[in-house]
Amino acid sequence: MYAWLQASLILAVVVGLHVPLGDYMARVLDGGPHRRAERALYKVCGVDPDREQDWRHYLFALLAFSLMSIAALFALFTLQGKLPWSTGHEGMPWRLALHTAVSFITNTSWQNYAGESTTGHLAVMAGLGVQAFASAAVGICAALALVRGLVRRDTDRLGNFWVDLIRTIFRVIVPLSIVSGIVLIALGVPQNLGGAHTVTTVAGGQQTLLGGPVGSWEPIKLMSGDGGGVFNASSAHPFENPSAYTNAIEIVLMLLIPTAFIRTYGRLIGSLRQSWTLLAVVGILFGLLLAVGSLAQSAHNGTVTEAVGGQYEGTETRFGIPGSTLFGVAATGSADGAANASYDSFSSIGGGALLSAMMLGEIAPGGTGSGLYGLIVAVMIAVFVGGLMVGRTPEYLRKRIGFPEMRFVVLYALVAPTTILGCSALAVALGDGPSSMGNPGPHGLTELVYAYTSNVNSNGSAMAGFNGATDFHNLLMAAAMLIGRYVPMVFLLALAGRLARQQPGVVTVGTLQARGVNFVALATGAALILALLNFLPALSLGPLAEGLL
Amino acid sequence: MNFLSRMPSWIGRHLAAIRVVVVLTVLVGLVYPLGMTAIAQVPGLRNQAHGSELAAGGSKLIGQSFLDKEGAPIPSYFQPRPSNAGTGYDASASAAGNLGPESTVDVLPVKGQPDSGKQSLLTQVCARSKAVGELEHVDGSRPYCTSDGVGAVLGVFRDGGTTGRATRVVSLDQACPARPFLASYEGVTVECARPGADYSKAVVTPVRGDAPAHPKVPADAVTASAGGLDPHISPAYATLQTPRVARERGMSEAAVRRLVGEYTSGRGLGVLGELAVNVVQLNAALDRMHPVKVA
Repeated sequence: MYAWLQASLILAVVVGLHVPLGDYMARVLDGGPHRRAERALYKVCGVDPDREQDWRHYLFALLAFSLMSIAALFALFTLQGKLPWSTGHEGMPWRLALHTAVSFITNTSWQNYAGESTTGHLAVMAGLGVQAFASAAVGICAALALVRGLVRRDTDRLGNFWVDLIRTIFRVIVPLSIVSGIVLIALGVPQNLGGAHTVTTVAGGQQTLLGGPVGSWEPIKLMSGDGGGVFNASSAHPFENPSAYTNAIEIVLMLLIPTAFIRTYGRLIGSLRQSWTLLAVVGILFGLLLAVGSLAQSAHNGTVTEAVGGQYEGTETRFGIPGSTLFGVAATGSADGAANASYDSFSSIGGGALLSAMMLGEIAPGGTGSGLYGLIVAVMIAVFVGGLMVGRTPEYLRKRIGFPEMRFVVLYALVAPTTILGCSALAVALGDGPSSMGNPGPHGLTELVYAYTSNVNSNGSAMAGFNGATDFHNLLMAAAMLIGRYVPMVFLLALAGRLARQQPGVVTVGTLQARGVNFVALATGAALILALLNFLPALSLGPLAEGLL
Repeated sequence: MNFLSRMPSWIGRHLAAIRVVVVLTVLVGLVYPLGMTAIAQVPGLRNQAHGSELAAGGSKLIGQSFLDKEGAPIPSYFQPRPSNAGTGYDASASAAGNLGPESTVDVLPVKGQPDSGKQSLLTQVCARSKAVGELEHVDGSRPYCTSDGVGAVLGVFRDGGTTGRATRVVSLDQACPARPFLASYEGVTVECARPGADYSKAVVTPVRGDAPAHPKVPADAVTASAGGLDPHISPAYATLQTPRVARERGMSEAAVRRLVGEYTSGRGLGVLGELAVNVVQLNAALDRMHPVKVA
C-alpha cells in the first residue's frame, strides 16, 4: 500500500513540476536574445552565436566538443596525482582513464573503479562535474536540432551548437542544481573539501570517514542522467542519499528534465496535445516497468529470497524494497544509472525489469535530450507502420516520413541492439565475459548483458558483481559507449537536416493523426515490439531463465 | 572546397571546443562547487555539510560496527546489519555483496587455505541467522538452511544428465566431515562435499526443509545493505535485541523500548521509505544514559 502511495506521490510531483519547467525551457532554449554574460562567454570562446549551422556543422561542433572533452578528462585523470585536491589519490592507469573519460563524456558514467579509493575532489568537481553538465547538455542539443528539423521548413539551418550548449547549462541545469543542491545539503548530504579523517566510534573502535563536495555533485549526477557516484555505493551511500526524503527528491531529479523536455517539445512544435500524447506513451511504459519490477520484487521467488523472507539483500533499511525498486526503474528508465540498492541482488525478474527499461532504448522518459529523440524515433516508426497498415501517407507534424527518412530512423534504431548483442557475444566468445561474472548460471549472463546494455545506452548502472575493471572490458566498453552515443546522433542529425529542407505537406483526411488513444497504443506497441524482437532471446537466457527455472 | 580552405574551419572548431571546455571547467567545475561549499557554511547547513557528526564519535548517517576485539558482537549494544564495506562498516570502502537470488553453492575452502573458498549468499544468510538466533536465544532456523548454518543444497547427479534417476547426491555446502542434513534423497545416500571436487555436472537442488516461513530472526538481520554503511535496522530487529540489551545494561525493557522509539524514524510524509531505527544514535544514547559498569 505504502509502496504505491509513495510511487504515486513522487510521480505526481514530477508531472506537476514538468509543466512550468518545460514551458521555461521552451522559452529560454530556442531563440530569444543572448544575455550579456553569455555574449562575453561566446567572445572568450571565439564562437559567433548568431550564425546558425547546417546539420553537418552542428554535428562537427558537437563531435569536436566531445573529443576535446575526452582529451581534457583523460589528462585530468592520468595526471591526478600531480594536481591539487587529489586527496592522496594517484593518477589512473591509461586504460581505466580512457574508459572513465569516455564514460562521462558519453553521459554513461559506468565506473570500473570505486570512487572513494580512486578520485579526489578535483577529479570529481572539475572532471566528472563539468562533464555531467556538458554531456547532459549535448543530449539536449541533439534533440533541439531534431526538433528544429521537424519545425522548420525549406532551410538547412538547425541552430547553433555552442549556443544550445551554453544556454542549456547556464539557463537550465545550473540554476536547478543550486536550488536542489542546497535542499539536499540541508537534508544531510555533506559538502566540504575535507579529506579522510579517522574517528573513534561509539564502541571505541576506529572508522575512517570521508569528506567531499557531495552536495554539489549529487543534483547534477541525478539530473544529467549521469549517475556515477562520488562513492562506490552511489546513492546507496548514506552521504549521497541519507534519508527517505532525499531518496524521493533524487528520484524526482532523475525524471524531471527528461519529462519536462517532452513539454518543451510540445511548446516548440506548437502542439501541447502532442506532448501529452508522448507523455502518455512514457507513462504507460514506465508504469509497465514499475509494475513488473515491483511485483517481482515483492513476490518471493528465488531460493535466497525465500530463505530470507523477502528481497532484502542489497537494499537499505531507510528506503525499503519499494523505495529501491522505484529508484531502480527511474534510474534505468531515465538513462541515469545511479543506484540506491544492489541491482545485482534484485530478484531475477526485478533485475530483468531494469534491464528491459534500458533495452527499450531509454525512452521512459529517457536521458536528457536523448529520451526525447529516442521517443520521436519510436513515434516515427509507429507513424510509418501505422500509415502503411491503413494505406495512409506516413507523415509526422506535416513532414513526410518516406523511404529516405525511414532509412535514418531504422539505422538509428539498429545501432543499440546490434552493438549490445555484438559486444556481449564477443565478450562471451573470447572468455573475458564469463571470467568477469560475479554469479553463476543465467544470473552471470544477465550481469554481462546488463553491462553492455548499460554502456551502449549511456546508462551507467551496473550489476556490480560483474568485474569490468579488466583491460578487455575497459577498451571494449569504451568503444561500445562511443558507438552507442555518437553513431545514433549522426543518423539523427542527418535526419534533422533532411526534414528541415522539406516543405510541409497539407493535412488531409488521409493523414494519420499522431494523437489519441489509438496512436498512443500504436506507439507504445511499436516501442515494445521493437525492443522485444531485438532482445527476447537474450532476456530468455538471462533473467527469464533464472526466474522460471 | 579544397583541403586548404577547409583546414582553418576544422582547426577553429577544435580551438573553440578547447576554450569552451576551459570556460566550463572554471565556471561549473570550480566556481559552482566552491560556491556551494561557501553557501553550505551558513548555520542550518553547516553541520550537515560537515557530515552530521555525532558527539559520541563518527557520523549519525554512517553505520558502525559494535564488535569486540575478537570480532564477536558486544552484547550491551544493539547490533547493526551485516556489512560488505571492507571488513565491515569501513566508511572508506562502501560496497555491496552483489550476489543474486540463486547464489546457493559455496566454493569450499581447500584444507590449509582458509581464504580459497567463497560463501554463497544462501550460506551467508543461514550462518548469520544461526548466529543471531544463538545471541538472542531464539530459533535461528530458516527455509533452505541446514541446522549447522549453511545452505541446504543438494547436487544431484542423474543418469540422463539433468533428468532421469538419481545416481549420486552430494550436500554441496556441507564440507566433509559434516553430517549431511538429509540421510538420503530419492533412495540415494547423501554424501558430504569434498573441497576442491568438481560437482559441476550435478543438478543444483535447494531443499526447503521444515523451517517456519516467517523466521524469528528478521530479514534485515541476515542481509547486507547496498552500501555496507546502513546505520539503520528494522523495528523488528530492534525488538528482538531489546531484552538482551536491557539485561546487559541492567535497564528495564520498557526504558530500552522508549529509547528505541526515540531513534525510530517514521515514513517521510507518511508514505516515503520505511520505519528505521538508527543503531548508531541509539547506542550512543544508551551509553550516555545508562553506561555499562566496567566490572
